[in-house]
Amino acid sequence: MKPLSRPVFLAAGAYTVSLGPGRREFSPRTPRPGLDHYLLEAGRAVLAQVGDPDLIDEGVVGNFMAARFNRQGHLGSLMTIIHPSLEYKPALRVEGACASGGLALATGIKSVLSGLAEAVLVVGVEVQNTVKALYCADYLAGAGYYEGERKQGPAFFFPGKFSERAGAYAAKVGPDRARSAMARWYRNAVEHARLNPAAQEYHNTVADLAAQGLTPPNPASFTEHLNLFDCSKVSDGAAALIVASEAGWRRLGLARQDVVEVAGLGQCAANLTSPPPDLTEMTTCRRAAAQALAMAGIGVDAAGVFEVHDCFTISGLLSVEALGLAAPGGGADLVLAGETSRAGRYPTNTGGGLVGYGHPTGATGVRMAVDLWKQLTGRAGEFQVPLAAEHGVMISMGGNDKTSVSLVLRR
Amino acid sequence: MDLDSRLENVAVVGAAGKMGSGISLLLALELAWRALERPERVFVLNLIDLDDRGLQGLVRYLRDQAAKDGEKQINRLRRLFQDRADLVDNQDMVQAFVFEVLLHVRTGRTPALAADALLVFEAAFEREDIKTALYRDLASLCRPEACFLSNTSSMPLQALSEACGLSGRMIGFHFYNPPAVQKLVEVIRPRDCSPELAGLAGELAKVLRKQTVPSADIAGFIGNGHFIRDGLYALRLAERLAERHGFVPAVHLVERVSRDFLLRPMGIFQLIDYVGIDVFQLITRVMAGHLGEDLGSPLVDRLLERGVKGGQASGGAQKPGFLTYEKGRPAGIHDPDAGGYVALEDPAIREADARLGPHPDPGLSWKALQKDPARAAKLAAYFQVLASLDTLGGRLAREHLLNSRAIGLELVRQGVARSPEDVNEVLKLGFFHLYGPINDYLEAAP
Repeated sequence: MKPLSRPVFLAAGAYTVSLGPGRREFSPRTPRPGLDHYLLEAGRAVLAQVGDPDLIDEGVVGNFMAARFNRQGHLGSLMTIIHPSLEYKPALRVEGACASGGLALATGIKSVLSGLAEAVLVVGVEVQNTVKALYCADYLAGAGYYEGERKQGPAFFFPGKFSERAGAYAAKVGPDRARSAMARWYRNAVEHARLNPAAQEYHNTVADLAAQGLTPPNPASFTEHLNLFDCSKVSDGAAALIVASEAGWRRLGLARQDVVEVAGLGQCAANLTSPPPDLTEMTTCRRAAAQALAMAGIGVDAAGVFEVHDCFTISGLLSVEALGLAAPGGGADLVLAGETSRAGRYPTNTGGGLVGYGHPTGATGVRMAVDLWKQLTGRAGEFQVPLAAEHGVMISMGGNDKTSVSLVLRR
Repeated sequence: MDLDSRLENVAVVGAAGKMGSGISLLLALELAWRALERPERVFVLNLIDLDDRGLQGLVRYLRDQAAKDGEKQINRLRRLFQDRADLVDNQDMVQAFVFEVLLHVRTGRTPALAADALLVFEAAFEREDIKTALYRDLASLCRPEACFLSNTSSMPLQALSEACGLSGRMIGFHFYNPPAVQKLVEVIRPRDCSPELAGLAGELAKVLRKQTVPSADIAGFIGNGHFIRDGLYALRLAERLAERHGFVPAVHLVERVSRDFLLRPMGIFQLIDYVGIDVFQLITRVMAGHLGEDLGSPLVDRLLERGVKGGQASGGAQKPGFLTYEKGRPAGIHDPDAGGYVALEDPAIREADARLGPHPDPGLSWKALQKDPARAAKLAAYFQVLASLDTLGGRLAREHLLNSRAIGLELVRQGVARSPEDVNEVLKLGFFHLYGPINDYLEAAP
């Protein structure tokens, strides 16, 4: 794997509250902020950390389904509302289902690598609570192969797809072990979220999370192998940061300790029309992570903090295997041993992840990078973990493991 | 003619009212599912009411509720629509279901719309002259094989059916409010009701997923037989307590005891407001007329003279009656002297609370116990404490419980209910009480 042609950095991260069920201020009956609000809040929180916003060269916005959730397309143009200096500069929206945020990062990195930009404002945004969860499931099903899969699929399409994976995983490692590990993942996610004031589960006060996570799935009303606690919730939110060259962050008035370097980038897509080659493996994520780690020239063990795409608890387990933190089928034991909790050897999703922080789909990949940036620069506040290692790794995933972007970041 | 065939053409008369809307919804959903599952058959639901605006509101209500039902049963819809290539998303299917529900509905003001109906549900205003005139019309308009299911909550069906020339073709099928939610249907079989119709009513209840309790054809039946007398007890008690404490604190004392000390879902005055003070009065008049019992309440008459009626606004919000409400919760008590409402935070009401004394178990409430699997044991322990509570609250609660029990036993003695269990079932299912009135909680206490 060739290294990046010049050093690229991430800086000035910020994200909004992930608003949705679970947050005290959320009510489905009262009006809520729309896309504009989230773009402005996250974008301006980034610009507030840098010197002259005029020195931003480009904008990239990651978004999955605003055209359906908000009936709004043309988000590249919309993102210029963040600051007048963005007008008449390049701006575009990228989409890769739930990896849209990851793709926005990759696009920003490539712009900087091209030499056409020194600093790119990357925003991820999604506002999903415009419809009930049942209809949200319709829109999100667009991340699958609509023509070939949707009609025969279950009402809650993606929970159904990942339920198949959970079933296959249970057959592989034993149903009790799989269920316990998914419950433990849920517990970690909420415990981590309780330390992150922006997280959707920040207000969660349930005493026995493990017991809740063990709730038997109800196939009649939901899915065969996943309960509701296994799922990330419907969320509204945005995350943003700056992708910059060294010249880029210097002219924005930042110092080296404010930024993290992109040590590795992996990105790949798999055939949307084919079923996964192995339900118990996230093959695309594994490949993207391997590319990123090879480019960084490190083994995964060398990293000290991780962000994985736990849209469901099962995808959390499969992601730690895809990263190589555990052998195939070994993710459950790793999680059960507490190794992925903030106190474990591999602190994962320290701000709550998708299950705990929330999953505003287009924002998620960017939010992951922001959380790694926060950890590596010591800005994670109450959810900061002590870090001996220099590196953090993230995997952003779209659809049923069909698009993946992985980054290795170095402080 | 079997129920399946009869359900192909159904009418609801008085469809836009509170009970009529709920009955219409239950039928509209049932017919839509049937139509989807048996596309070779044609189903028609005739919804009749004199109120055009009410009918339009009803269609909106059906549309909204149909969407909710379709969403709730999305897996069933996905199976049913599996061959419809044009329906892919959940949203497509729910919208198709809503269309299916409305497709079978015909609305109108004239009873003639019921001419082809084979089952006619009636939920007209609870006044004998209105129902009698309506049924006479229907008797001349409808097919001879049509059956009539009356939602009357108080009128003896034998007398009503005879007066309208529908003897043998009418049965009492009394839903509880709101019909779409409440599980109970009181079935009242008049003396000459045909066995076929009685069987049909039982089958229909199963189809609509309702639980039936039979009641004798005696005015008020079991539900109102208990509620009206329980309400009158409370009204008279409040008037008595008012002499010493003042009217507003007296209403508060009775309300709090009947709700908090008796662990009921709402206090007795809130319940009268929910039913409607005017409807309460109508029922007392029907019952008094048939039973020769003194069921009058000067207090109720006085409030109605002043236009204080309770009941619900068209959107479902509770209108002021004995109490006033904010976000569906009691917020004040009517003061007949001043004409307005006294806020619950008023010092006079707080003082009444103090006079009641402490609740036997402040951690226990209807809401807390509703889904508690250990409810029976907790109730027994609770009433043991209540039995020996030497406070105003304790005394009033015991008196109320014993009175409620006596009403229940009298209903059994008069043959209105077959058994104490039937009385208890009606109160538990129809009024959401945690326990039936015929119990030995106080006797069992030391």
